[in-house]
Amino acid sequence: MKNIYDWPYENEFGLRETVESDLLVLGGGLAGCFAAIAAARRGQRVVLVEKGATERSGSAGSGFDHWESACTNPCSGVTPKEIAEAYVEEQDGYSNGIAHYIECREGYDRLLDLEDFGGKIRDTEGEFKGAEFRDDKTGLMFAYDYKNRFTLRVWGSTFKPALYRELRRLGVKVCDRVEATALLTRETDGKKRGVGAVGMNVRTGKLMIFKAKATVLAMSRPARVWLFNPDLVGLCEFRPMQSVGSGHAMGWRAGIEFTMMEKSVRGEFSASGRSFPPYGTGNNHNTWYAATMVDARGVEIPYVDRDGRELKTVSERYYPAPGQKFFLKGGVIDEAKYEYRGPETLPFDELIRRGYKLPFYADLSRMPDAERRVIWGVMVGEEGKTKIPILQNYTERGFDPTKHMLQSYGTGWQSAAFLGQERQLFGAPGGIMNDWNLKTNIDGIYAAGDQLYASDCCGYACATGYYAGRKAAEWAGTVELTEPNPSDIDAEEKRLYAPMAAEDGMDWRELNMAISKCMQNYCGEVKCEELLREGLDLLESYEREAVPKLSCRNPHELMRTHEVLDILEVSKLILNACLLRQSSSKPLCFERSDYPEMDPEQDRKFITIRQEHGAVVRGEIPQGYFGDLETEYLKRNGDYVAARNEKYGDR
Amino acid sequence: METRFELSAVRIPSSARPITFDASRCVGCNRCMNICQVDIFIPNPEKGKPPIVLYPGECYYCGSCVMVCPKPGAIHLDHPLMNQAKFVPVKRPESDETCGDMVSGVPASD
Repeated sequence: MKNIYDWPYENEFGLRETVESDLLVLGGGLAGCFAAIAAARRGQRVVLVEKGATERSGSAGSGFDHWESACTNPCSGVTPKEIAEAYVEEQDGYSNGIAHYIECREGYDRLLDLEDFGGKIRDTEGEFKGAEFRDDKTGLMFAYDYKNRFTLRVWGSTFKPALYRELRRLGVKVCDRVEATALLTRETDGKKRGVGAVGMNVRTGKLMIFKAKATVLAMSRPARVWLFNPDLVGLCEFRPMQSVGSGHAMGWRAGIEFTMMEKSVRGEFSASGRSFPPYGTGNNHNTWYAATMVDARGVEIPYVDRDGRELKTVSERYYPAPGQKFFLKGGVIDEAKYEYRGPETLPFDELIRRGYKLPFYADLSRMPDAERRVIWGVMVGEEGKTKIPILQNYTERGFDPTKHMLQSYGTGWQSAAFLGQERQLFGAPGGIMNDWNLKTNIDGIYAAGDQLYASDCCGYACATGYYAGRKAAEWAGTVELTEPNPSDIDAEEKRLYAPMAAEDGMDWRELNMAISKCMQNYCGEVKCEELLREGLDLLESYEREAVPKLSCRNPHELMRTHEVLDILEVSKLILNACLLRQSSSKPLCFERSDYPEMDPEQDRKFITIRQEHGAVVRGEIPQGYFGDLETEYLKRNGDYVAARNEKYGDR
Repeated sequence: METRFELSAVRIPSSARPITFDASRCVGCNRCMNICQVDIFIPNPEKGKPPIVLYPGECYYCGSCVMVCPKPGAIHLDHPLMNQAKFVPVKRPESDETCGDMVSGVPASD
């Protein structure tokens, strides 16, 4: 096989292009697309920057199967206030109450938008007519809690192409294959303001300069910080390979305030080649809830409710316990508190004690026909990364859910067993601190989706994206375009292109591998001051000694190199955030050997972190700073509420 | 900036082979290449031929390339061998006391 080709795209190194807009959106996933749509609907000039191709980019690019917290759908038995407050309470106050309330309140409206754009959100063909999880009047289909009906099963593989069409219809300028690399800010009267961003075309190398009145950060959460495999880079993490947290790195460099960055969890699934394809093993979680599980002998594993009562039928797995109003399940909910705990199989240790034999399997053949077809065919099929690699490929390999059972790995539903130092930012991790406008601490810069702290699912991304776009557009209507500092652009250009000048130097993989090893060694499961400082010292030595040696041969390799520089930046942010919390915390999965006390009263707060003139600045914000969620939301969104009923009626 | 760099496309091998093409079905439309989020492909220098997989190790197995392909069977995506999860024919326990009716195929728990 031939190994060297001519570079197939134009060589535009040395060229610059400037693009002006009212609103600049960085990141073309669900949050970014909805931010752009909100501003375009107000008649603003909108530019959206996406490193991949917007038609399928982002964590939900290839699909997603269930939409959480759709509390305003016509079949819902819960209110936005109930569910948003439950999320805050469930996470011991370390939750983004503002963003969750927006999700609960406006999420279903975004789903109706998606339907208007051509996405499929209900069983229009009547494939599941009469099923217990289907409302036969609306065709809406529900997951998890069939009594309260606030999680919807959706055909998410239709969503990104529909959003992309709508962006084009609205005249949004979509800049695909452009990586955003730096935020541009100006200081006036001692106050910092966002005025745009810098980026690079990842096929041609052209420098892109974006001038804008307002900016929405809608990129990914960090990844590949602890977990890296240079051979199978694309299998290192659950989220897409190119989603590494560059938005966090840009924000950190620009002085944006973060919180909860000390939180990380032991790897759960889909990482470093240790595990199996997401949703491609037997399990009873999330997409596969509530699959019938059996042990090696074919003995069924019992489901129990929160009181340990053994459930006799499949149907009972989808209802709250006697005396319980509703239960929570999904993305961030791992082992819910008693109040919100739903039906689950017996704990792993208890199963082993009772003599159940490994391996375990999911056996859909024992489920009612509609439940089997909705798990294998809709959920597996519409969830991201399942239509081809799972549904199609397993079927080609001969898998038939009426005849076969699919094996589980690791303990219970997990698809592998990880070590304590193999960590990820998962389960509502840290991110950008926001106010009720989803604005950051810098005027003119807003954040949405996975860049916000304590983010979770697709409904969260869509709802916060639209909301941030709306608020950013309001601001953009009140200010003039401001020229960025030319010296800021020159400095970024120099930083970006340096690896092209070095010949025969270090490959980006070598640096990523070293960072991950450093983070496993110095920022593992149990932390202490000395270890964390050693970690910072090592990363700083990489900056001095390894970064100048990085070299690459084309814009693609240069993009990958920029990503690793961002991973290095984010790793420093995480180490510094860990140093700032001088106690341990259960909800933050944070353990310090030098401060073993768990969640002391004085530390039950958001500790914030930002950078100013190269120094780390610590801040504190009380839990519940967002006030009563419903009252505060209504104070600021009366116009939306009024227009909402007119636009969507009681659909 | 003054510098104009010489560019080359060097294939980076991987232990995995995520993408295979059926050259008899592929028309070389490059749609897979243009939908790929991680840009693992480059166009084939020979027009009408399947794209070149330049960065196989970067594939994250989302399947968008297969979903967008207008010629069924022209492109195939496969997880590496170690990721082929195991499945076996359904098994019923020897004693039916824990599991109810196992013989008729009626779901035991419903």
